[in-house]
Amino acid sequence: MGEKIDPNLWSDGAQPHLMGGRLPSGQIVFPMPVGDAAEGVEPYKLSRRGKLWSWTSQGFLPKEPYEGPGSGPGEGPPDFQPFLLGYVELPGEVIVESRIVDARLEDLHLGMELEFCIVPFNARYDTFAFRPAAQAESQAA
Amino acid sequence: MSENVYIIGAGIHPFGRTDSRSGREQGVYAVREALKDAGLEWPDIECAYGGSAAAGNADIMVNELGLTSLPFTNVANGCATGGSALAASQQAIASGMYDLALAVGFDKHPRGAFNAKPSDYGLPEWYGQTGMMLTTQFFALKIQRYMQLHGISRTTLGRVAEKAFRNGTITPHAWRRSPVDLETIMNAPMINDPLTKYMFCSPAEGAVALILASEKKMKELGADGVKIRAVAVKTRPPNSFEVFQAGISIEEGGKPTVLASQAAFEKAGIGPEDISVAQLQDTESGAEIMHMAENGFCKDGEQEEWLANGWTEIGGGKLPVNTDGGCLACGEPIGASGLRQVYENVTQLRGRAGERQVPGKVRFGYSHVYGAPGLSGVAILERE
Repeated sequence: MGEKIDPNLWSDGAQPHLMGGRLPSGQIVFPMPVGDAAEGVEPYKLSRRGKLWSWTSQGFLPKEPYEGPGSGPGEGPPDFQPFLLGYVELPGEVIVESRIVDARLEDLHLGMELEFCIVPFNARYDTFAFRPAAQAESQAA
Repeated sequence: MSENVYIIGAGIHPFGRTDSRSGREQGVYAVREALKDAGLEWPDIECAYGGSAAAGNADIMVNELGLTSLPFTNVANGCATGGSALAASQQAIASGMYDLALAVGFDKHPRGAFNAKPSDYGLPEWYGQTGMMLTTQFFALKIQRYMQLHGISRTTLGRVAEKAFRNGTITPHAWRRSPVDLETIMNAPMINDPLTKYMFCSPAEGAVALILASEKKMKELGADGVKIRAVAVKTRPPNSFEVFQAGISIEEGGKPTVLASQAAFEKAGIGPEDISVAQLQDTESGAEIMHMAENGFCKDGEQEEWLANGWTEIGGGKLPVNTDGGCLACGEPIGASGLRQVYENVTQLRGRAGERQVPGKVRFGYSHVYGAPGLSGVAILERE
C-alpha cells in the first residue's frame, strides 16, 4: 500500500469510506469542505456502493498538475496509461467523481452497480476508485 | 428607463495562430478595425471594458491606442470574459453615463488542452494530481449522460463538427478553413469518449472589438448600428452540474444557460421562434447539441432529427447555428471567443457575411457563451 494521496480523503480500516460532509441543512457534499467553509459541516462516511451516473475515458496525458504515469521526469505520453472515470451516484447522498477500474469502456452503462476501492496511483500514492460490484454483494445489497 | 444601445463598429483579428503578434497586439488590431468600421478615432471612445485569460491585461492597450485617460476596466470571467465585457459596456451606455464604449477581448494560448490549478477553483490538490482537472472530461461526462437519456447518437456529434468545418471554409476569420468529412471525424482518435479529436475546439489566438453607442450618438454619426435588444449574464444556481465538480447534488438543479436565456428572451420580449441566426457555445460537438435545448430552440432529444435534416445549416430551413464555424472552426481564444459570436451576428444582421450570409430577412441574432465555473452570457441583437 502506498500513502493516501490526501490524508482526509477516505477513512482508515478494512472497509474504508470516502469522506464527505453533512451540511447544517442535511445536504451531503463531497469532498468534505476545508477552512472556514467546514464550519458547521460534520464529516460524513459516504456509502461504499453506488450507481454509474455518467462516464468517459481519458485518452491523452493530462498537463500539470497531473502526477500519474507519464508525468514524471524523463517520462512522456508513451508512459501514460489511459484510464476510465465517471460520476457515481451514492443513493440518497451525493454524486461523486471517481476513477473507474476493473471495467472496459464498452461494459459501462447508466445505473451500473459499483463499489468503492483503493487503488495504486503512482510510485508514492494510492487513490480511490469505483469498480463493478461483486455479483454476490450486489444480490445481498 | 434605460437608453437604447447599438453596436456601431465591429472589428476582428483573424483567429488561429499568428506568431508575429502578441495577444494584446491582436487586440489593438481589432480595436483599430472596429474604429475604422464606425468611422471613429480612438480619442472618441469614452470608456472601455476588456480582457484576456492568458495574454495580459487589456488596459495596457492604451500604450498603443493612445493615452486619452479614459476609464478602462479589465474583465476576467473565463470563457464568458467577452460576454461580461459586452454586458458592462452595454450598461455603461444604457445608464446614460456614456455615449461611446468599447468592449474588447483577445487571447493567445499555448497548444494543447487548457490546464487549470485546483486551488484557483477552490478544489483540493488530489483532484488535479489524479487527472480530473480537465475541462474536456466535463464536456464528455455531460454529453455521455445526455445521449443516454435523450437518444442522441454519435453520428449526430459528428454532424455538428462536419457543419462547423464546412462553415469555416467560407469564413475569412476562421482558423480551420478546410472541410473534414463525417467519416474522418468519427474515426479520429478518441479524446474523452464519446468525443473524438475533431469534435473538440482547440485553444487558439484572436481578438474582437465592438464599439457601442447610444441612439443619439449613432444618429449623430449616421452609423450602421445593430440594436442590442437584451444582454443577460447568469452564474450557476444551486445544485447545478458544472465544469470542475468533484461532487454533484443528487437533487437536479438549474442551469446557468437556461437562466441567462430566459432572462434575455424576457428582456427582449421575444421568443426562440423569432431568432434568425444563433451562435451557441460549441467548445465541443456535444455542447452545441445540449445548448440548442438549454437555450430553448428545441426540446431534449430533438437535436437528433435537427442535425439529420440539416436544419442548423446556413439556409437549412430552421435555425442556422454557428454560421462562422463556431469554436470548432475558429478555435477558442478564451477572452475573445464570446465577442466573436456577437461580431458574427452583427455581420449577419448587417447583411455583410458574404458567402456565409444567412438568406432572407435576418432580424434577430442570438449569441450564447458558457464558461467555468458555471456562468452563461446571452446577447440578442436586432436589425431594426
